[in-house]
Amino acid sequence: MQLDPVITPEGDWRPASEIAQAVATKKISALAVTEAALARIAQHNPVLNAFTDVTADRARATAKALDAAIAAGQSVGPLAGVPFAVKNLFDVTGLPTRAGSKINRDRPASTRDATLVERMEAAGAVLVGALNMGEYAYDFTGENIHDGPSRNPHDTTRMTGGSSGGSGGAVGGSLVPIALGSDTNGSIRVPSSFCGIFGLKPTYGRLSRARSFPFVASFDHLGPFARSVEDLALSYDAMQGPDAEDAACSTRAVEPVTALIGQDIGGLRIAAAGGYFRKNLFPEAQEAVARVTKALGVTRDIELPEVARARSAAYVISTVEGASLHLDRLRTRPNDFDPAVRDRLLAGAMVPAPLVDRAQKFRRWYRAKVLELFGDVDVIIAPATPCIAPKLGQATFVLDGVELPVRANIGIHTQPISFIGLPVVAVPVPLDPMPIGVQIIAAPWREDIALRVAYALERAGTVAAPRAKGF
Amino acid sequence: MAEPLDDYIDAVAGALGLPIEDAWKPSVRANLAVTLKMAKMVDEFSLPDEIEPASIYAA
Repeated sequence: MQLDPVITPEGDWRPASEIAQAVATKKISALAVTEAALARIAQHNPVLNAFTDVTADRARATAKALDAAIAAGQSVGPLAGVPFAVKNLFDVTGLPTRAGSKINRDRPASTRDATLVERMEAAGAVLVGALNMGEYAYDFTGENIHDGPSRNPHDTTRMTGGSSGGSGGAVGGSLVPIALGSDTNGSIRVPSSFCGIFGLKPTYGRLSRARSFPFVASFDHLGPFARSVEDLALSYDAMQGPDAEDAACSTRAVEPVTALIGQDIGGLRIAAAGGYFRKNLFPEAQEAVARVTKALGVTRDIELPEVARARSAAYVISTVEGASLHLDRLRTRPNDFDPAVRDRLLAGAMVPAPLVDRAQKFRRWYRAKVLELFGDVDVIIAPATPCIAPKLGQATFVLDGVELPVRANIGIHTQPISFIGLPVVAVPVPLDPMPIGVQIIAAPWREDIALRVAYALERAGTVAAPRAKGF
Repeated sequence: MAEPLDDYIDAVAGALGLPIEDAWKPSVRANLAVTLKMAKMVDEFSLPDEIEPASIYAA
């Protein structure tokens, strides 16, 4: 069967809405779309190392059931036949949820999918596999000593970014049009930036985390990656809604955004984040922010208060809550961790409790101050990463004559934002040869505004997910 | 020569039942030093007595 209804002449996936329309109107079967995704994975995953599990049998069965429903005249969802994959910290029935670790492989196989997997499939999407990630999500590189590193589709000698590295590689390399990941301190926005794709970290509490493996309860978010803003919106809408099985999931009603993304942005007040966010940037990151602010006509900077302290507080809370989560495993199986992750977690177990409490109190203060700013602006523009994707294994980079550790500095611009759960769309600026992302930040629960701005930038050609050569 | 944090690391590891091999100690110490530096930066910021921690729980 011809793949024209779902693949462009350039070899990229068409928008999810077009794939779903083609499947629903029988221009192509869901099974054929699934086979196309499986063929891409088989061809390119040996290089990209994005997938740790390919759920081919399940995907074919799901697709056949969808085709049978269409043949019987039943209505199907807005993502009918659209292939997607999930970071391997999402529960997938039949797989142990490894969360990038060696230890979790000994867990029993999951008996039920994560809530977000269920919701994507309820909308017609077809799960094709689980994706590589940094161990226990305590990572910004996408490297993994147990499974090998995820590789960047735009230069396979470079990092994907992490910890959702396989999610970045799979969508960046067009193996699948949509993937899901998690973001605690930047783990959706960093791979989006390095792999040149769109990523949405929604408001904290917006999307259910039920049946996903946690890292830092205070900051853990789940969200989608895609090659267009509309695909982000479609998948986000499919996954919204309360879930009593995640204690932090909001009881807010679903607020669909897909129909809103094309609204004019002329009335929005947009500022660039100044001060801290103008520092520690390589020229590519400066160029990316400049292109986005120019396209949006931004003429002013806005200062977030005490940003460096916010980043420090996020760091402290992350290491302590991570240590608490893994305390028993640190006692019983310390040699089965990546030593670098283990040693960070052991240190986290030793932080005196009052310092953690103060960090959580500071978080309350910082949140109030930043929310005040949203009385004056609707959108804040900030860099997503200080640099393009570093080389795999690269330990340091030199910025303004100072040698800095790569791992500790990749997330300096994302951590102060997820710290208070603001919604962010990471948009890719297609610089050559390596893309780099910019954060479009909105007030809590205003994903619609961030997506509208991202969509306007996409239509203007300022941001786009570039095709990775050879994939 | 004993490092300043080593006694503290040994004491907490003992209290929590965490096995820390000698070979891991330099890395644990380095991570802890960075974390305490970060925590000090937060600690130095004056907050009102009445401020609530940003907890998740709601009854």
